Amino acid sequence: MTVKVQTEDFDLSTEAGALRRAHPEAGALACFVGVVRDLNQGVAVSEMELEHYPGMTEKSLEAIIGEARARWPIADALVIHRYGKLAPTDQIVLVAVATAHRGDAFAACEFIMDYLKTAAPFWKKETTAGGAHWVDARDTDTRALEKWAQTAAEPGADSRH
Amino acid sequence: MKIQLRFFAGVREALGVADEAVQLPDSVVTVGDVRSWLRARGGDWAETLAEGRSLRMACNHEMTGPGTRLTEGCEVAFFPPVTGG
Repeated sequence: MTVKVQTEDFDLSTEAGALRRAHPEAGALACFVGVVRDLNQGVAVSEMELEHYPGMTEKSLEAIIGEARARWPIADALVIHRYGKLAPTDQIVLVAVATAHRGDAFAACEFIMDYLKTAAPFWKKETTAGGAHWVDARDTDTRALEKWAQTAAEPGADSRH
Repeated sequence: MKIQLRFFAGVREALGVADEAVQLPDSVVTVGDVRSWLRARGGDWAETLAEGRSLRMACNHEMTGPGTRLTEGCEVAFFPPVTGG
């Protein structure tokens, strides 16, 4: 289980390849990459800056992975989240989860992203033609967690098919 | 009690402070008490930390509610709802 918080970019193939080769027992590897969009709510974004809370960020990401491991049989998981200045089309975050079967990999990957969105201390500041402003948190991110509360009783229930 | 304060993102900018070490009066024993105590500084502090403002709090790097009790030397942080990912 690895958590990296860094300004540098990452290479998906390199990271996925390392996970794959380290876990011959894992038949599934789900990867999610979050990317800076050039439009947010209809307004053109020229630059984005991400701030985070060093120390708490790593601790919260590790806790989220720990929560996922308690729900699904995860061979390995990796979260890389960037901070600092980013531009549209830049990669922001990578979540990669290796499991024996695909159902668990898909579910755990989405679970980690949904929790990261509401619990990991990162803040986005966008620069548009109107100046720089902090991005507001979205209700949809909080609502995304509700499905995990509902499915808490049956982790991996549909993953063996 | 002595504690360390941290402020992030919009809260940090509104207050003009990123971190501060403070000596608390004996009456301040919870994270919520710290918020009220800082509000009493008035001005940007009263406005930014007002009840009803969407604000998250952490104690020793864990998200927490106002009822969490402080410990000597703990780190208390105030910040807006997170927007990473």
